[in-house]
Amino acid sequence: MSETKKFMYINRRPPYGTVYPLEGLEVVLIGAAFEQEVCMVFISDGVFQLRQGQDTIDSGMKNFSPTYRALGDYEVTRLYVERESLEERGLTEADLMPLTWEDEDDDWAEKPSIQIVSRAQLSDLLEEQDVVFNF
Amino acid sequence: MLHTVNKSPFESTSLKTCLGLAQSGSDILLIEDGVYGALAGTIHTAMLAQATGTISVYALGPDLKARGLPEDRLIPGIKVVGYDGFVELACANDKVQSWL
Repeated sequence: MSETKKFMYINRRPPYGTVYPLEGLEVVLIGAAFEQEVCMVFISDGVFQLRQGQDTIDSGMKNFSPTYRALGDYEVTRLYVERESLEERGLTEADLMPLTWEDEDDDWAEKPSIQIVSRAQLSDLLEEQDVVFNF
Repeated sequence: MLHTVNKSPFESTSLKTCLGLAQSGSDILLIEDGVYGALAGTIHTAMLAQATGTISVYALGPDLKARGLPEDRLIPGIKVVGYDGFVELACANDKVQSWL
């Protein structure tokens, strides 16, 4: 029963318009307790979830964007962002929140969690997974 | 007439349908995920940029701010309004059509 599986969480929706992104993030954080091999994918409008500078003060909604920074502490260290989705939306990596994790095997060096990947690379990653969740 | 659009143009045809039917002199207000339609430099920018000549296009400031979209990244000509501006637009027009 201690077999490790590859889990992928695919995020395709923008934040705040629906409850999917927040619920998805909570599932990832809860699922992290089961010590599986976890990655997250941000494609389509899901890339907007990682947009820098989110400020919900005027709209009265809960700003859950700081929670993405906690993912590294839950050993969710691979966040794949599709390059084509960014380009279609006029975004670059510099528009995204800088997210990092600390590598205990490398003297707790801070390493970037976000990896920009092509659609073709993502297609191969998807094929490798044992379990895929969609939000 | 005031048209409101609350869906991202990347996910829904709401904005496209709205632009196809909105007549010149109309007001369009982008709200919620609709504010992504206001972004410059995207694959959907041209569609709205063309319309700004004959239609007044607005985007709701609090929804832009929540999503981390600064005003300098918007299509030129789009006006940013607050909730008070939303109310003023609704009052200034005889009808409101919500493209949900």
